[in-house]
Amino acid sequence: MLRYFLSRLMAAALMVLLATLVIFLIANMVPGDPVLTQLGDIAANNPDMVAAFRHRWGLDLPLWQRYWLFLTGLFHGDLGISIASQRPVLEDIAQYGPATVELSTIAFLLSLSIGLPLGVLAAVRRDSWIDHLARSVSLIGVSAPTFWLAFIMLAVFYGALEWAPGPGQISASTFPPPEVTGIMLIDAPLAGDWDTFQDALGHLVLPSIVLAAGTMGLITRTTRAAMLEALSQDYIRVARAKGLTRRAITLGHALPNALLPVVTLGGLAYAQLLTGTVLTETIFSWPGLGRYTFQSAVTLDFPAIMGITTVVAAIYVIINLLVDVSYAALDPRVSRR
Amino acid sequence: MSATRLPNRPGAARRRWLRRYGLAALGGAVILTWGLTALLAGYVAPHPPDLVNVANRLQPPSAAYWLGTDVLGRDVFARVLFGARTSLAVGFTVVILASLFGTILGGVAAYARGWVEEALMRVTDLIFCFPPIILAMAIAAALGIGTRNTVIAMLVVWWPKFARLARSLVISQRAQEYVAAAQVIGFGSAHILLRQILPNALGPLIVLVTLDLGNAILVFAGLSFLGLGVVPPTAEWGSMVSEGRELVSQWWVATFPGLAILSVVIGFNFVGDGIRDWLDPHARRR
Repeated sequence: MLRYFLSRLMAAALMVLLATLVIFLIANMVPGDPVLTQLGDIAANNPDMVAAFRHRWGLDLPLWQRYWLFLTGLFHGDLGISIASQRPVLEDIAQYGPATVELSTIAFLLSLSIGLPLGVLAAVRRDSWIDHLARSVSLIGVSAPTFWLAFIMLAVFYGALEWAPGPGQISASTFPPPEVTGIMLIDAPLAGDWDTFQDALGHLVLPSIVLAAGTMGLITRTTRAAMLEALSQDYIRVARAKGLTRRAITLGHALPNALLPVVTLGGLAYAQLLTGTVLTETIFSWPGLGRYTFQSAVTLDFPAIMGITTVVAAIYVIINLLVDVSYAALDPRVSRR
Repeated sequence: MSATRLPNRPGAARRRWLRRYGLAALGGAVILTWGLTALLAGYVAPHPPDLVNVANRLQPPSAAYWLGTDVLGRDVFARVLFGARTSLAVGFTVVILASLFGTILGGVAAYARGWVEEALMRVTDLIFCFPPIILAMAIAAALGIGTRNTVIAMLVVWWPKFARLARSLVISQRAQEYVAAAQVIGFGSAHILLRQILPNALGPLIVLVTLDLGNAILVFAGLSFLGLGVVPPTAEWGSMVSEGRELVSQWWVATFPGLAILSVVIGFNFVGDGIRDWLDPHARRR
């Protein structure tokens, strides 16, 4: 088991390293020029300023040398300095990361706590109204554009009904709690500030529902299909013949066997939520990594793009690794290939 | 007349067909309608899509403007109709090119085995290290704004899933006896791959292509919403939602283009599910 884990870990680290090369090549071989987006019009017309800018950010060095600089930095835990914010990229990520972790974790828990039971119920009561409901909800969840869903939610629950607070992480009148983790839902109770906690929780409702919609649809579908598959197996018939209750058959026999594909999907879904918040964060003015990534991409802030994509690739690869390992833990045959 | 045959109550066959393929037919009808709309937008639209009329800005839906007008007084209905052109064209271009490229690569990898397979599949793994929208966003931003550049960016992130599927399909087909027979007869590798294996592996690929069309339209609309898609004033659904996102009381500006996206994506989902059921009777009624 340990050997299996270590070999997978090495492969994962190598993957992330190669991924940085890919993103480096893509980012540097395209025609976009950060000079035009970062310097003002007047400065961009001044050759001395442009030369100084290129020299300052190492854009005048040959490609391989720039990649080497990036790599040596990476191994020293240094992702370079963002051109736009003039701060270390790692500091930027540390500042915007917690808000994204908070939003996507809540969204993940939400989609799991609705999608899993809904999928199980839909499979057990196949072709009943709840099955149709589950299928419709998951279809709309995976088919509706996130940004449009966000608009509708804001228009209805913030604009028309005024049930939910507007965009942002907390209200403008609320003071943020002293920063410990950067996650409002943890920092506010730590400071004993329950009003802020409530305010932050309220602000999470709409964006987390919007972000969760697609994932919830996928989890419902996968759970339903896996449960139907499990329920049609012989051991279920045996369990019925033994006279077990329906509940015991569903939860004790079918569900554990249906969970494997759901674990895979769940891991992937969490990775997607963590890294797929761009649209949701943009609409809800959420101060997270998604908006930071978008800003870096449109301003061609190369150090920031390199840093954030490296982190994103690492998150993706690590979660995939965890999924594989949990597979091996759930099913011992996997590690003994 | 076989009045005694119980299962054949009147209309039973039709009901069974409807149960099985009703949604697929509905989805097909929706796609067909949007396809015709895209082709005939110039004839159907009551107003030109780019006609600015500031005196008429932000009018609610009315007899003259069925879906109201936007900030510049342009007809939302006309723009939704014309928007079908961009969305469908981009969706089909991305998915068809990506599936061709990915299938060829995956097929070659599976058929060649050895280091060729290893190298090709590691490259696809690398693309899978990134969430598609992040990578597409970075590439689209770097290439510069425009539909063509966004399509290129999407292609870069889109082909690997087809490569993976094609590879696994070809590997499972390779083991079949008809491939050995073709080799014994003396057919070349290209002939066996294209004429023998591919037709047998086509089903799942077609299902993925259909389901993926909706996906591609969603991602493109998302990039467009972020300002990385079409160049204004081109009518496109994602950018139309973006233009109306602050207009909560003028809800019609953003709501209708979003509904258009939703209907197309659901349509492709229905058709894709229908094709899968039709090709794989075993998976039917799941």
